[in-house]
Amino acid sequence: MEATLRGHAHKYGKNVDTDVIIPGKYCNIIDRAELGKHALEGLDPEYTGRMKPGDIIVADTNFGCGSSREVAPIAIKASGTSAVIAKSFARIFYRNALNIGLPIFESAEAVDGIESGDEIELEPAGGIVRNLTKGTSYRAAEFPPFMQSLIDAGGLVPYVERRLAESQ
Amino acid sequence: MGMTLTEKILARHAALESVEPGQIINAKVDLVLANELSAAVAIGVMRGIKGAGKVFDPSKIALVADHFVPAKDAQSAGLARLMKEFAAEQKVEHFFDVGRGGIEHVVLPEEGLVAPGELIVGGDSHTCTYGAFGAFATGMGSTDIAAAFVLGEVWLKVPASIKLVYSGKPGPFVYAKDIMLRTVGELGIDGATYRAIEYHGSTVDELSITGRITMANMAIEAGAKNGIFHADAKTIAYVKERTDRPFVVERADADARYERVISIDISELEPQVACPHTPDNVHPISDVTRDDLKVDQVFIGSCTNGYIDDLRVVAKILDGKRIAPNLRVIVNPGSQKVWMQAADEGILTTLAAAGCAVNTPGCGACFGGHMGTLGDGERAISTTNRNYVGRMGSPKAEIYLASPATCAASALTGRITDPRVVEAVPV
Ligand code: SF4
Repeated sequence: MEATLRGHAHKYGKNVDTDVIIPGKYCNIIDRAELGKHALEGLDPEYTGRMKPGDIIVADTNFGCGSSREVAPIAIKASGTSAVIAKSFARIFYRNALNIGLPIFESAEAVDGIESGDEIELEPAGGIVRNLTKGTSYRAAEFPPFMQSLIDAGGLVPYVERRLAESQ
Repeated sequence: MGMTLTEKILARHAALESVEPGQIINAKVDLVLANELSAAVAIGVMRGIKGAGKVFDPSKIALVADHFVPAKDAQSAGLARLMKEFAAEQKVEHFFDVGRGGIEHVVLPEEGLVAPGELIVGGDSHTCTYGAFGAFATGMGSTDIAAAFVLGEVWLKVPASIKLVYSGKPGPFVYAKDIMLRTVGELGIDGATYRAIEYHGSTVDELSITGRITMANMAIEAGAKNGIFHADAKTIAYVKERTDRPFVVERADADARYERVISIDISELEPQVACPHTPDNVHPISDVTRDDLKVDQVFIGSCTNGYIDDLRVVAKILDGKRIAPNLRVIVNPGSQKVWMQAADEGILTTLAAAGCAVNTPGCGACFGGHMGTLGDGERAISTTNRNYVGRMGSPKAEIYLASPATCAASALTGRITDPRVVEAVPV
């Protein structure tokens, strides 16, 4: 399973929508590294300049609402951000994040217990969120068993490959 | 225990007797949609799937170039070309290039590609629009779409349903857009997350097909997975005019379970406006006009309000008048068919004579792509569905969402204006 992730928190409010995660004008970009340069640009134009690889986005409710653009989680991942912790995620973003392999953690307590700049350690396998600065620890909501099996398989693509192989 | 309309459709497509909220199912899809942006990513994903040479059924895939068309730049042209080549290689039957289609959600119903009881997934969040026809339709990202291209199936979590029951007759200059803005205002932008919205009541029974399209379209603005109406005689007549394909009209059971039932009386409803920067920041027009808000741009179009009925309303208000000085009014008819109908009816000339810039069909200014991007400090009123920061261009611009009538009235004055006083607006 995925290794432990570690980085500093960058905290934002609720309803961080896909238009601010990656503005529409960049949606014709396919190159991941280029997308990564614009992550969160509509909300916090300094984010990519300030963050260090491994850092973690922490947000309130309904993270990723709005459009279905898969380039939203792709841009976040490509920026070097290691994960997003939020009180809740919008539906399409949630699926997209799992499909492209951006680790997400849903925990209201963890979000309330984290301030910008705190050092965070994450264990994707157990859904563990540790705030190293404050010495606290939280457990994120578990994924439903089917989704966990998708994650364990390495995402949707290997799942489709298995289904295709079975039908041969 | 009975099932909701959404549960009925999902159960049939998963070949199950019944389903319940929270259950994860594998469902067969009747149509998979993508535009040049979501298709480009999906095609890349599909090429990386071992053993996936072909799409599951070339007659059940629709590809529409609409977001950056006619191509904004070389990069956008490249995406459209990638999709076009994929369509040819896979023999995709329903491929709509510039000049032959328009906005995906306007085009698919027009072409008879949406019918009651069907299950449709699309690489665009406003795929929920097809709920207007009694179909289950939901938006997904490109990896999910790539999987659907290949398998013809998707995994879905059955959503709980929220029943909205509308009553009352809309007053003058109150439209489906106003009703839906009010609804999003009441539910909130995450009020229906992971849920299905089922629209009921005498008000929506009376609505035109385009009115229902406007309402189903904005279900996602409340976070919903899908928004759905029951198909009635109007729906069936519309669909049968466009396709011979057989379809199954489903109905919710009398004892279906709803997570919430909300009654909304619209008899006293004024025209509504969503103020910056979220679609649920909705206020009655009389509160908004108190601030005398000058606008720099009016945009008429999109999959919410880019239909012939919408253009007729706008043309009626602008007929024989001039738009305010120092104002840009941009109109994007939703599809080539809408454009031609508007041309036949003299609407395009009426709008151009009033001073509007009439564009070729496509998404245009709606998502800040091109053809009407807002600059720093500008304010716009728009018939579209989202007003998030930066949605139409500059993150320092303000976007107000309203009906075509409210936008047309505002075009005459250059200020956000109540369409009910439009007669009093000086020429
Ligand atoms: S018109 Fe706007 S909301 Fe509709 S599909 Fe195009 S960009 Fe999306």
